[in-house]
Amino acid sequence: MGIFHHFMNLKAVYIHWGWFQISITNLLVILSMLLIFGLALVLPFPGNKKGKEKK
Amino acid sequence: MSTQIEKEMWTTKLRKGWQKNLPIEKLLPDTQPAYVASWIYLFGVGTLAALGVIIASGLVLSFEGASWYHYSSVGHFVNSMHFWSVQFFFIFMVVHLWGKFWMAAWRGKRLLTWITGALAFVGSIATAFTGYLIQTNFDSQWISYEAKDGFNSVGIGSRFNVTNFGQMILLHVAFLPVIIGVITLIHVLLVRAKGVVPPIDAFNNELGERK
Repeated sequence: MGIFHHFMNLKAVYIHWGWFQISITNLLVILSMLLIFGLALVLPFPGNKKGKEKK
Repeated sequence: MSTQIEKEMWTTKLRKGWQKNLPIEKLLPDTQPAYVASWIYLFGVGTLAALGVIIASGLVLSFEGASWYHYSSVGHFVNSMHFWSVQFFFIFMVVHLWGKFWMAAWRGKRLLTWITGALAFVGSIATAFTGYLIQTNFDSQWISYEAKDGFNSVGIGSRFNVTNFGQMILLHVAFLPVIIGVITLIHVLLVRAKGVVPPIDAFNNELGERK
């Protein structure tokens, strides 16, 4: 069924830090959201005249 | 000339209130303020687009049924589409929430817009949760039996029996989508009525605040 299907059926791997516990999958999702948020703030928006004038 | 009775009719009041707060130019504007030209302003509409895919794929799943989406390849595809559109729905909504939180989007008489957004977020979590409960697989069985203890421990297990498949499927496909739909509609109309919130550091003459 493919690598992706195989990956989806694996048991979740958890990381521990004292009382804090999170699955690597959930951690990756949260880090991806933070990355998307950061990129949305800094990447230039196409057709933004104001941004071009500043440059 | 309208009579006193006509002035007091609820239809008259509703029409005049609508025309005052949300004229067609505000509902379907041709342009947006310059500050909207940023990627961070796209996550609200991204959430709406994901919601559209969720509703469309969910309708197909509900018409075809569990035996179809468990055992046919097209059923697997639509089931996965429903699942992944929910993932993107929440990712877009959380990034939208972060963006609006850090720009204090409740400014300029937009408190109700903020509150309806928060309600949509909470309602979406409930909808996603009931969705996990009605997958009709071992995953949903596990989640419902774990959640049962949680609900019982806070004293609402008799009202929301998460192991009751009939109750959960009706909440997921009928009650909660209607609630989410109505809250989302009000949220979007409020965004149109009050305008998109400007950045905090925008100059006063660019604020676009509406009275």
